[in-house]
Amino acid sequence: MELISPTELAKQKVQAVQDYTLLAIRSIGNIFRKPLYLADMLQQADLIGVGSLPIVVLIGFFTGAVLAVQTANTLQRFGSITLIGQLVSLSMVRELGPVLTGILVAGRNASGMASELGSMIVTEQIDAMRALGTDPMKKLVTPRVTATVFMLFFLTIISDFVGLAGGLMVAKLLLNLDARQYWSNAWQSLVFEDVFMGLVKPVLFGFIISTVGCFYGMTARGGTQGVGRATTQAVVTASVLIIVTNFFVTQFLMNVLSYK
Amino acid sequence: MSAPTLPLDSAVIATQDHSGFAVVFEDVWLAFEENEVLRGVSFRLPLGETKALFGVAGAGKSTILKLVLGLLKPDAGRITVLGAGVAEMREQDLFALRGKIGMVFQESALFDSLTVRENVAFRLMEEHGIYSEDIDRRVREALSFVELEHTVDMLPSELSGGMRRRVAIARAIITQPELLLYDSPTGGLDPVTSNTIVELIVKQRDVYKTSSLLVSHRLQDAFTMATHEFDRQSSQLRALPRGQYCNVPMSFLVLRDGKVIFDGDIHELAQTKDDYIREYIS
Ligand SMILES: Nc1ncnc2c1ncn2[C@@H]1O[C@H](COP(=O)(O)OP(=O)(O)OP(=O)(O)O)[C@@H](O)[C@H]1O
Ligand SMILES: [Mg+2]
Repeated sequence: MELISPTELAKQKVQAVQDYTLLAIRSIGNIFRKPLYLADMLQQADLIGVGSLPIVVLIGFFTGAVLAVQTANTLQRFGSITLIGQLVSLSMVRELGPVLTGILVAGRNASGMASELGSMIVTEQIDAMRALGTDPMKKLVTPRVTATVFMLFFLTIISDFVGLAGGLMVAKLLLNLDARQYWSNAWQSLVFEDVFMGLVKPVLFGFIISTVGCFYGMTARGGTQGVGRATTQAVVTASVLIIVTNFFVTQFLMNVLSYK
Repeated sequence: MSAPTLPLDSAVIATQDHSGFAVVFEDVWLAFEENEVLRGVSFRLPLGETKALFGVAGAGKSTILKLVLGLLKPDAGRITVLGAGVAEMREQDLFALRGKIGMVFQESALFDSLTVRENVAFRLMEEHGIYSEDIDRRVREALSFVELEHTVDMLPSELSGGMRRRVAIARAIITQPELLLYDSPTGGLDPVTSNTIVELIVKQRDVYKTSSLLVSHRLQDAFTMATHEFDRQSSQLRALPRGQYCNVPMSFLVLRDGKVIFDGDIHELAQTKDDYIREYIS
């Protein structure tokens, strides 16, 4: 492998960040510029949304369940086991629903986008598309970004609900608590701020997943090996960005929404 | 990379009238890192003419075609395509221009997840949005032009290399572009198939008067194009008598070491004194 000087490396990184920012901005800007590729958006939405649904449901359910099992122990010690609905619902809606669904979709779709677009790059299909007078940013990137943002939003809501259901199952079958009490406790503890935070996150994460996936795909170099590398990097980068962004967004929203 | 200086008369060239030319290269330089591929390439392609580009593997022929489309940007020099300066244009503005140009890539570059029908119809679908009967008719027409009507519902991976090349030609010509760029359309094909393709290119030249740049590895094919014309009655190629070769809108260009070492018609090519070219054409 060639050795690159540190300044050269730094330059490359800065350039990459710049290119990524440009792609991210243009993916949004293209929504307001014709043509809008609705058919491609629907196809992507189907791929991302419907394709991820079973696994999102499965993971959401068992996460809610294990949350209930874990917290039941602690709550019982303080004699406040009735709060279990509240604990599960707050954790699911504010954190685990958005983050887990985001990581999951990053694993499934950021990699898919990177490998698909990367293969198209190395086989000159992207050049062919440009040569045919079609902007790959509009035809390929924007539909993926809009579809991911849209679908992740709904997938997260579904994940939140099945998580609550998972908690309910544990509360009822293992802890012999009253189901009605669990639900009302879970519902009533949710305020606007929680729901708002829980719904801002998937929008951001969806944007991160799709733009990162498309960026690594569109910048793939060096044949099939390059595509493999792009795919791995897309998943790693998207996942790390989700976790890190999550922290800052949480902090920011807590301040803005003036949580007690 | 040394920054090439423009020749003194570049201002004169820049103000010259480019109407009547489909493509004009003026002192174009391009390097991929250390590798200087084009070192001051200049040529002109008059409207309606077909110019065959020759050069050894890696001479920069495909690179020239990509520069014409604005897929690559030169380090220096001016490129005028159908009246527009592509080197200075922004990517967003290039798409409209590219719509007037058809390109056949060296490796065909068909969309591998779309069927032959969708590949050929790609441009029309982009324009009209829905697959109409009219589009279907034109797709079948373009495919019958390359004798591949029976493959409409196949995927590119199910076709042979030569078939893919012909589908790529159908995709490029379906909108009857003003300028066609063929990258090695007959490379690695059997004589029968490559004759069909030569016929197609001559037909585009003589019937539709399309300007084109043709990268070729087979000199024989280019000679056939320069010595034949398309006969509309019989729909076949007809050999011309020797004296009429000069009427054929066909020229040759030879690249060597990043420079144009020959640019002229078939007579000039036959009479050239350059040893390298003599060896190349013998
Ligand atoms: N994307 C690229 N990155 C780096 N170098 C490149 C790139 N594309 C082409 N080159 C280099 O430019 C030179 C010219 O390439 P080009 O594809 O134009 O050759 P060519 O004349 O079409 O050859 P062939 O007859 O084999 O098709 C080669 O030396 C190649 O290594
Ligand atoms: Mg080539």
